[in-house]
Amino acid sequence: MIKLTNVSREYPRRGYALRDVSFHLPKGEFAFLTGHSGSGKTTTLRLVHMMERPTAGEVRVTGYSSQLISTREVWKVRRRVGFVFQDFRLLPGRTALQNVAFVLEVTGTPRKEVMPRAQRLLAQVGLAPKAGAMVNELSGGEQQRVAIARALANDPFLLLADEPTGNLDERASRGIMDLFWDINARGMAVLMATHDLELIRKYPRGRVLELDNGNLVYDSQQA
Amino acid sequence: MYALREAFSAFRRTPVLTGLSSAMVGLALFAVGLFALASYNLHLALSAIEERVQIVVYLRDDARQSEIDLAEKELGELPQVAQVHYVSKREALDNAKKELPDFADLFSTSEVNPLPQSLEVELKSGSRTRPVVESIARKASSYSFVEDVQYGREWVDKLFMLRRIGAVTTVVLGAGFFLVAAVIIGTALRIAIFARREEIHVMRLVGAKNGFIRRPFLLEGAMAGLLGGLLAWLLTYATYRGAYAFLFAVAWIPGAWVLGALAAGALFGALSSGMAIRRHLRDL
Repeated sequence: MIKLTNVSREYPRRGYALRDVSFHLPKGEFAFLTGHSGSGKTTTLRLVHMMERPTAGEVRVTGYSSQLISTREVWKVRRRVGFVFQDFRLLPGRTALQNVAFVLEVTGTPRKEVMPRAQRLLAQVGLAPKAGAMVNELSGGEQQRVAIARALANDPFLLLADEPTGNLDERASRGIMDLFWDINARGMAVLMATHDLELIRKYPRGRVLELDNGNLVYDSQQA
Repeated sequence: MYALREAFSAFRRTPVLTGLSSAMVGLALFAVGLFALASYNLHLALSAIEERVQIVVYLRDDARQSEIDLAEKELGELPQVAQVHYVSKREALDNAKKELPDFADLFSTSEVNPLPQSLEVELKSGSRTRPVVESIARKASSYSFVEDVQYGREWVDKLFMLRRIGAVTTVVLGAGFFLVAAVIIGTALRIAIFARREEIHVMRLVGAKNGFIRRPFLLEGAMAGLLGGLLAWLLTYATYRGAYAFLFAVAWIPGAWVLGALAAGALFGALSSGMAIRRHLRDL
């Protein structure tokens, strides 16, 4: 699944963002990645999504190794790993449906299947009635649902989420968290970065990985 | 197919931006078009003048016909010579009467024909340079029955210099115009792509292949280039009509140039887009 082995990430000016981090996330697991701002949560997610490479160690995602994969092949990892951001990163000026369809289209889904599949994905996140609404007219929670539908478009085995409830009120947050657990219940692994300990406490079933200053200081599975 | 649809929908979604970049491309190419119009007309004018360059070999009255025939044949066989035309004393007189009507009386009352017979040597285009003209003139002078050879030395010299100035100006100014146009077009398309960086980001995020991301932008660049080219063509044509109507008779540039420029516009648009998007696809 995902395996980090002695992974470090050092930046020329900032120094170490991650130092000698190792963990393994098996298929279908739900894990929180927590820690203060700047502890290395986002860097970890970016390494798993292969948006950057570690300066030492190895990140393995399904069959792909950060040491071997070329820039040209990296799309293969991206289609297997969905990514959800705190700020949604939807395309403004398009509808919810178009935002999801866009992803299907650019990853080579046959044209006839694009719209029905996009509809189904929106239904999965409970947003079928708002399919035709412009994303900038949707509430934060609804926008995050569109982003999740988009992340699910290529049927990934793992969903990465970087503070997905960070911009949402409590009710919307709960809805989004329930959605993540639903998705996880269908067999998809979830790795969610959050600094919100309250949130983690509400979902004790999740594994907790805590980063501090780039070091992995706690893993609930080893405790 | 997707690329084509996306490229078109980009025009629909951001009409102002794509319209502006097409307009910028159009104005940049308009400058190039005006320059082409001017230099093409200069070239035509120089060619017209150049065609009048010829060598006239005046023959002595006592030259034998067989000698003249031989000279005509020998000069005509030179590779730079287009044709040699023999003008008899009679024809020379007729021509003189026609061209100088004021003196017609003088010519007709005179008992003897004072005009010499001659050979008019016409040169092939591209051979009307001073060295060629001089060498042919030398060869013609070497016949014993030749009285004089005229070709307007200063005329040829000046023309040659004008041609050189024209050529250098065309190359230097043309390169300058083209460079400026290239920079403007490149910038316009860079802005257009920058405005869509989020889209590019999302595409990369979800695992679209780089080639797939690039294609609609290349097409969009080509379309902006083509539209700009059409606009430049219209503007240049309007200028040409204006100049023709109000200033003087100018010639329209050859159709092949126009087509070439349109194709170049499209190609250049695609190329600049390709370069601009490379920056966004470079990282992992």
